[in-house]
Amino acid sequence: MTQRRDALKWGAVLPTSVALSGWLTQEAHAFEKNAFEAKNWTDALKALGVSAPMDSKELVLNCPDIAENGAVVPIAASCATPGVKKILFFVEKNPSPLVAIFNVSEDILANFSTRTKMSQTSDVMALALMQDGRALMSRKEIKVTLGGCGG
Amino acid sequence: MSDPMRIRAQSSAGQTTVRVLMSHEMETGLRKDAAGKTVPAWHIQDVVASLNGKQVFSAEWGTAVSKNPYLQFIIKGGKAGDKVSVTWKDTKGEQRTDEVTVN
Repeated sequence: MTQRRDALKWGAVLPTSVALSGWLTQEAHAFEKNAFEAKNWTDALKALGVSAPMDSKELVLNCPDIAENGAVVPIAASCATPGVKKILFFVEKNPSPLVAIFNVSEDILANFSTRTKMSQTSDVMALALMQDGRALMSRKEIKVTLGGCGG
Repeated sequence: MSDPMRIRAQSSAGQTTVRVLMSHEMETGLRKDAAGKTVPAWHIQDVVASLNGKQVFSAEWGTAVSKNPYLQFIIKGGKAGDKVSVTWKDTKGEQRTDEVTVN
């Protein structure tokens, strides 16, 4: 009798705990997932809860003017102003504009480089989310030449 | 198991510059294979790095990071002999960690 009762108890407890942990991990990722899946820049910003980013010289976006190969475009951003929380990269005309989110901790500088894919000539944006709630933006157009003749 | 990352960590003037080259396909989920079937998305989603076991860096990536991703970040502090380790996790749940000594 006790065995049966134990089995019943486990049967009741296990699915709930599994479901709960699944729900928790999903919840933890939901915020960014929506932003990464957003199909345009405005929606991506909305998903991140960012409103009215302002152009700023404090955030330096470093990337080429012309990329011969859209599959590998070097991009870099740095911000010397203290109080940066995150640095984000976007390619405006990509099917999903959000490229990457870099979290700034007290142990690292707000200075990141990576490489991105670009489907076509587009504006590339770097965004710095500050601890005081500001959103700094730096924007630059990169021309993608597919033919390789520099046109 | 995927190929190891190539990591270089160099310290100078009290800062450690970490450069990482990962080996990953980074499928966007938009590409079609020869048979015209869509190749499902498969990309690195989370990257974390630590200095001597303490996490200092974390990032989330989408599909638009290039194949065989390159990453550079700068740690405040760090000196020759310190250990820098980098871990990535992809959308299939695979992960890989590699460690390197700062020089």
